[in-house]
Amino acid sequence: MSKDREPLFSKKNRALLTDPLDDDNPITVQVLGICSALAITVKLEPAVVMTLSVIFVMAAGNVIVSILRNVIPTRIRIIVQLLVVATLVALVDQFLKAYAYDVSKQLAIFIGLIITNCIIMGRFEAFALGNGVWKSFLDGVGNAAGYGWILIVVAFIRELFGSGELWGVPVIPQFIYDLGYQDNGLMLLSPMALIVVGVYIWIQRYYNRKLIESD
Amino acid sequence: MEDLANLFIKSIFIENMVFAYFLGMCSYLAVSKTVKTADGLGKAVIFVLTISVPINYLIDQYLLAPGALTWIGPQFQDVNLSFLTFIMFIAVIASMVQLVEMIVEKVSPTLYGSLGIFLPLIAVNCAILGGSLFMQQKDFVNTFESAVYGFGSGIGWYLAIVAIAAIREKITYSSIPDPLRGLGITFIITGLMALGFMSFMGIKI
Repeated sequence: MSKDREPLFSKKNRALLTDPLDDDNPITVQVLGICSALAITVKLEPAVVMTLSVIFVMAAGNVIVSILRNVIPTRIRIIVQLLVVATLVALVDQFLKAYAYDVSKQLAIFIGLIITNCIIMGRFEAFALGNGVWKSFLDGVGNAAGYGWILIVVAFIRELFGSGELWGVPVIPQFIYDLGYQDNGLMLLSPMALIVVGVYIWIQRYYNRKLIESD
Repeated sequence: MEDLANLFIKSIFIENMVFAYFLGMCSYLAVSKTVKTADGLGKAVIFVLTISVPINYLIDQYLLAPGALTWIGPQFQDVNLSFLTFIMFIAVIASMVQLVEMIVEKVSPTLYGSLGIFLPLIAVNCAILGGSLFMQQKDFVNTFESAVYGFGSGIGWYLAIVAIAAIREKITYSSIPDPLRGLGITFIITGLMALGFMSFMGIKI
């Protein structure tokens, strides 16, 4: 670990942070962590809180697993990893209940479901178990940010077109309503989350053609 | 009896794990390329849900909920261990999954081979933990009711994954715009299926 003298933000390390935003996005390319991404994107606020929680759990979890990676016996590693995540998530849950009770009510079981968010287990398995602490930390932050980016884009579209608000504040001026514009209630229903993500993937792959699947 | 039937239908169609709550989407998207593997994974999910939900119900009732420890003695009635919920639930689920993995490996090595990495990943399938967490919010009156709920949710998940796998098998022969192929179109189809499932919401039971 300490042998490599590369600077803290070498090109490779920066790639760890930025790749997950587009080329290696956890949701649209690695297909991890979809469940929560879709369920809590009706409004912007819970989406942002969720993103922050996942960034915390992901970065801290990656660091812990990376520290322990040479001590964990391979056979029981999944249970050890689950316990690490469950502990971190319990911390987040108690914290939100204490300081942001309304949001924690809205997120309901989805905070608990961070434990089984495949992003976290997936990155533990694929990265933290084989890499040093600092790299794992960057990977954790990068992937959680890539996940959060999609969450925020989807929540932005759904809240804007679904209820004409952003962060709970009405943004569509009254005269547009007077002209006959109406909020699209369909956007608030769960199926639209899937379709919005589907269209996002379509647009992303149109511009980034190396992501196109061959089969 | 009627209540149980209602609960069963409700957990399959109206509160479908995939289409209403998006739970278990990761394995739903990743394992739905052929009907055969989808079928195997779906059955494993039904099995694990049917067992883990009632076990977690008992743990919740007699260990974790506020005042649950009263059965040991009246001095414990103020104890509230609910902050341990996540850790207890996930531990039960992880050990159940280990058990299923051993059984499948013994009984059907081909299925074991084709499920590959996704069998251990059932432990982190959100549908399983989600089932237990929903159960905790629903105030079931007895263990049997929670078992019916677990079984019903499992069937709902099974239906969803087999349906999408069948559609994806057919869709390989259609000409879809390149960037939409694979993941994109699967998302959109799932969205349309979810729209269809929403029509069950009108049923009053």
